[in-house]
Amino acid sequence: MSKIINGLKYSETHEWVKIEGDIAIIGVTDYAQKEMGDITYVDMPDAGEVVEKEEEFGALESVKASSDLFSPVSGTVVERNDALEDAPELVNEDPYGNWIIKVQMRNPAELDELMDAEGYRDMIGE
Amino acid sequence: MEENLKKTCLWEKHVALGAKMSPFAGFDMPIQYSSIILEHNAVREKVGMFDVSHMGEIFVIGPDAESFVNHIFTNEIRGFEAGKVLYGMMCREDGGVVDDLLVYREFEPEHFLLVVNAANIDKDFQWIMSQTDGYDVKVVNESEKWGQIAVQGPEAEEIVTRVLGLEEASALTFYTYCESSWKGERMVLSRTGYTGEDGFEIYTSPEGIIEIWDILIREGVVPCGLGCRDTLRFEAGLPLYGDELADNITPVMAGLGMFCKLEKEFIGRDVLVKQKAEGVKEKLVGLEVLDKAIPRAGYDVLDPEGKKVGVVTTGYHSITLDKSICFAFVETSQAALGNSLQVQIRKKVFPAVVIKKRFYQTKYRK
Repeated sequence: MSKIINGLKYSETHEWVKIEGDIAIIGVTDYAQKEMGDITYVDMPDAGEVVEKEEEFGALESVKASSDLFSPVSGTVVERNDALEDAPELVNEDPYGNWIIKVQMRNPAELDELMDAEGYRDMIGE
Repeated sequence: MEENLKKTCLWEKHVALGAKMSPFAGFDMPIQYSSIILEHNAVREKVGMFDVSHMGEIFVIGPDAESFVNHIFTNEIRGFEAGKVLYGMMCREDGGVVDDLLVYREFEPEHFLLVVNAANIDKDFQWIMSQTDGYDVKVVNESEKWGQIAVQGPEAEEIVTRVLGLEEASALTFYTYCESSWKGERMVLSRTGYTGEDGFEIYTSPEGIIEIWDILIREGVVPCGLGCRDTLRFEAGLPLYGDELADNITPVMAGLGMFCKLEKEFIGRDVLVKQKAEGVKEKLVGLEVLDKAIPRAGYDVLDPEGKKVGVVTTGYHSITLDKSICFAFVETSQAALGNSLQVQIRKKVFPAVVIKKRFYQTKYRK
């Protein structure tokens, strides 16, 4: 059974969002990392790049395959988790402790369209 | 799960071990049990085992068996003693590869065993049958009657001899086999594999294979799925039918000319002779991407000016070599070792260089 954390927001494409003021901290869920298997590369945008809700902002690469990352919110990247450059496996080890990007939100109302923990648990059917 | 997927004799074992299962070649097969990286490293450093019962076993028997197999197979099978195993291909008249396979020269005279890819069993059998005119041979597809386990890695010999009691394994060199038995059933014990490591492929009845699997699991041999089977064969520079070989790809294009003996007659030979003399439009190469980004099958290969000159067939971040590498078909003018190219990975383009296809120094017992 996959770990799901109460208080976070979740997208249908298995990203989680933690809100700190107008900053959205974005990572992938435990379910997603388990489905991917060993993650070997995280393709992340640079600070300053603009991301759009539900549009691709990067990718996770496992040994076997590549899986696009979709932004749960629109805004500007303020920070990327450079630790994942050299240690992408951190996403497997602790998917909620290792965020991928921080985004300054342009339209925080978009958060309302995301699921809460219970909604996400229902979606993945666990 | 897809309907009508076939199951190998070890299917229940995979499910009980909690393997991640996925369709492959019409079978419901284990992709990984724990982690592709862990399973991959077990084979490189110690020993691992694979269920390869999905592979096909086709027997060719009869007075003309040798001349017939030599007619449909690209490699030269004459002049070898019983117990020899040869790798090669079956080609169509136009040189396209029907399948790549192993040919076993059996100890019983006029008997050959052809081990073929699971996805191609029916196609191969029909192809072989369609070529038998004028040859006194019987062709029998026994794929369903045989199970197969591959035990691979530097400790494979120790496991096969000590744990399974198959001491005859020690005398085998790479690409030879011997006859053995398991609980009164015929066993083919072959020093072959698809990983770049020393190892054995063991063929016997499905019941025997289940027993052997259980013994090896109890001994702590790491079960390995098709995920690492692909990463291992890829690092060793070995092609996979469907990726680097196909009906419209010839052995010359795929860089497998050394397994085609052009001084003898075989189906497709004339086209291969012509291709070798005149050159081919595209060739399979190895590429190293000079970045951590990973080239994947289907990605475009570009020249330094950005013009498309090829396409990736298999690519990984190599587990053993810790670099991003791939096989790609590229225009022959771009195929020289050391040539600078680029690979388009999602929105970005990364520099790449042509390197030898055998990325990993294989460790066979010669």
